Amino acid sequence: MNKKLIVSLSVVAALVMSGPRSGRAQKGPIKLGFLTQMTGGGAAVGKDMSNGFMMYLEEIGSQIAGRKVEVIIEDTQGDPAAALTKLRKLAESDKVHAVAGIFLANEGYALAPKVDEYQMPTVWAVVSADDLTQRKPTKWAVRTGWTSSQPNHPFGDYVVRTLGYKKVVTIAMDYAFGWEQVGGFQRTFEEAGGQVVQKLWPPLGTTDFGPYLAQIKRDADAVFAVMVAASSLRFPKQYQDAGLKARLPLIGGGTTFDEFVLPSLGDEAIGAITPLIYSAAIDTPVNKRFVKEFRTKYGKVPGYYAEASYTAARWISEGAKAVGGNVEDKDKFLAALRKVEVSDAPRGPIKLDAYGNPIQTIYVRKVEKKDGELWNTVIQTFPSVSQFWKYKPEEFLKQPVYDRNYPACKYC
Amino acid sequence: MRPALFSGQRVVVAIIFFLLLISPPFLSSFLLTLLTQALIYAILAMSLDIILGYTGLASLGHAAYFGLGAYGVGILATRHGAGFWITLPVGVLLAVAVAAIFGLVALRATGVYFLMITLALGMVVWGLAHRWVTMTQGDNGISAIPRPDLGLPWSLAHSVPFYYFALAGFFISFWILLVIVRSPFGRSLVGIRESESRMRTLGYHVWLHKYIGFVIAGGFAGFAGVLWAYYNGFVSPADLQLATSVEVLLMVALGGRGTLLGPALGATIIVFLKNLVSVYTHRWLLILGAVYIATIVYAPEGVVGAVIQWARRTRTGPLRSEA
Repeated sequence: MNKKLIVSLSVVAALVMSGPRSGRAQKGPIKLGFLTQMTGGGAAVGKDMSNGFMMYLEEIGSQIAGRKVEVIIEDTQGDPAAALTKLRKLAESDKVHAVAGIFLANEGYALAPKVDEYQMPTVWAVVSADDLTQRKPTKWAVRTGWTSSQPNHPFGDYVVRTLGYKKVVTIAMDYAFGWEQVGGFQRTFEEAGGQVVQKLWPPLGTTDFGPYLAQIKRDADAVFAVMVAASSLRFPKQYQDAGLKARLPLIGGGTTFDEFVLPSLGDEAIGAITPLIYSAAIDTPVNKRFVKEFRTKYGKVPGYYAEASYTAARWISEGAKAVGGNVEDKDKFLAALRKVEVSDAPRGPIKLDAYGNPIQTIYVRKVEKKDGELWNTVIQTFPSVSQFWKYKPEEFLKQPVYDRNYPACKYC
Repeated sequence: MRPALFSGQRVVVAIIFFLLLISPPFLSSFLLTLLTQALIYAILAMSLDIILGYTGLASLGHAAYFGLGAYGVGILATRHGAGFWITLPVGVLLAVAVAAIFGLVALRATGVYFLMITLALGMVVWGLAHRWVTMTQGDNGISAIPRPDLGLPWSLAHSVPFYYFALAGFFISFWILLVIVRSPFGRSLVGIRESESRMRTLGYHVWLHKYIGFVIAGGFAGFAGVLWAYYNGFVSPADLQLATSVEVLLMVALGGRGTLLGPALGATIIVFLKNLVSVYTHRWLLILGAVYIATIVYAPEGVVGAVIQWARRTRTGPLRSEA
């Protein structure tokens, strides 16, 4: 009888003790998934991203609100389908509390509906497709990078008023990223009285820009170029070799001359003026320290890929701190992520608009040589620029997203 | 010529299907989604096997039909809210129609020239997906494709019902393709592979046989594409790029050409290698490369091909008559 009682008591005790699993999980690590490209064409960008992300977490000792942080880095292979598979893995098997990263627009668009389905707090670190925070916003995601057109709205205006160029030829890679950059530029440039007189669209993967350079109207005042990674390595040299550099000043989108490609460029890059959310040459103590640390650690000057991912880690950390480390409460965590404000990121102060996109400083940068290295010297800053620039969000969103034929080329 | 099923293969197939049927409770949800993915790629690989394995024509444009099926679903489901019973026939027929046109062009050549023409035609479809932005949304792809509603009590939005949905698709495809390759028509394809001139001398309309095989392969690739679009809820030019065509070709080679089950196995191996090994190491491409090289060196007939050869060699009795 006694024995039976003891047995049943111990069974009850065992049941009780195995019960509060959730309470124990509370004190477990905060798990973060980082999605980036580790193989294929964008692998170097992916490496910069994961380095930036990890660097911030190491700085805070991999601890947020007293909880250890665990990061699982997954390779998207630059393929939206693979990115989806990896998101499934992070959400279903690793049960991460938040996801960050993503480089390519099509990966972002592929993941967006899934992120909402999983109700997974997500931080778009680099992916800049306009509609991810405009016409197709994702409830469960915020962005710490930028929209492709964001830096070019103030820049279009600046080109007319300060640089004094009235007629510009655009040459941009023929996909959404190029269209959105050119669209943003053209809109404010023409509203300020400028004229885009020709739009050239070399397809992705173009290695010889000769045929396009030959077409450029020589009576323009400047050429606005949007190149990315491989194409930004080739384009400036070919532009110079075609004898254009001396005749038509080169301006363009931020990625054409970002820190990612500058070390591989020569004197042909000097003098180019581009806008972006970041420059490694920003003259603040925070940024100087960031650049120095990053250089010591990874042996290169950080570009915006690294900075945006570094800030994404900071964003998650601030959001998690605001909910006292209780990231299991997804709704509160998401609300906290949307409310985060950072005043001292390497790129400057950042807060989010109602659509989850940063309101931040836009830097107009000019490539200059200092101590034998190329740097993007900041020549003008536009503080607190939203993705909608000076337009009302509702009216802005009524217009279609910038594409190949919008805005139309009125002066071509 | 090898028979479509060697003795005992029936048992193997039955065991495989039984295992696939009962596997969901034993797998984590991530492994289950990988298996779903493998089943869809298996259909694609089996469809390529019709022309590559059975007819002996290596195509480098097979992803085009896969993509056409997927885009058919993407466009109809997101823009017109079309259900599965509309997207399925449209997706498959689209692939069939394009295969019927491309077949007319590609089948004028054989060998390397066939390879290059199919590659070029595949790139045409890729270019269309990439540049016809008003229809395909270009590089951004079409997202938010809802899972189909078949009026079943289980929602296909969940991974287990969708797994069975894909399994049903795989089973039906396998069965139809098996009937085809074992039919006199399938036999004559093998005959063409072994000796085109002899078949012609025997009075077979060689071109027509190849053409029909080519179109059937396109149709099943389109069917796989339909499932793929629903599985991912997303379709982009990456689904029909050259790399995808090459990957399918490797799946067939890895598993074993002309064995139907081999390409399905190859698809499974590659899907798991790609997605599972890359979890453990960022050098997963090295491992994938090593597997390919090992296959070519040690099992040029593919995994299933090697098993069949081994089974034949160890058999004590006389070889069964080979049709």
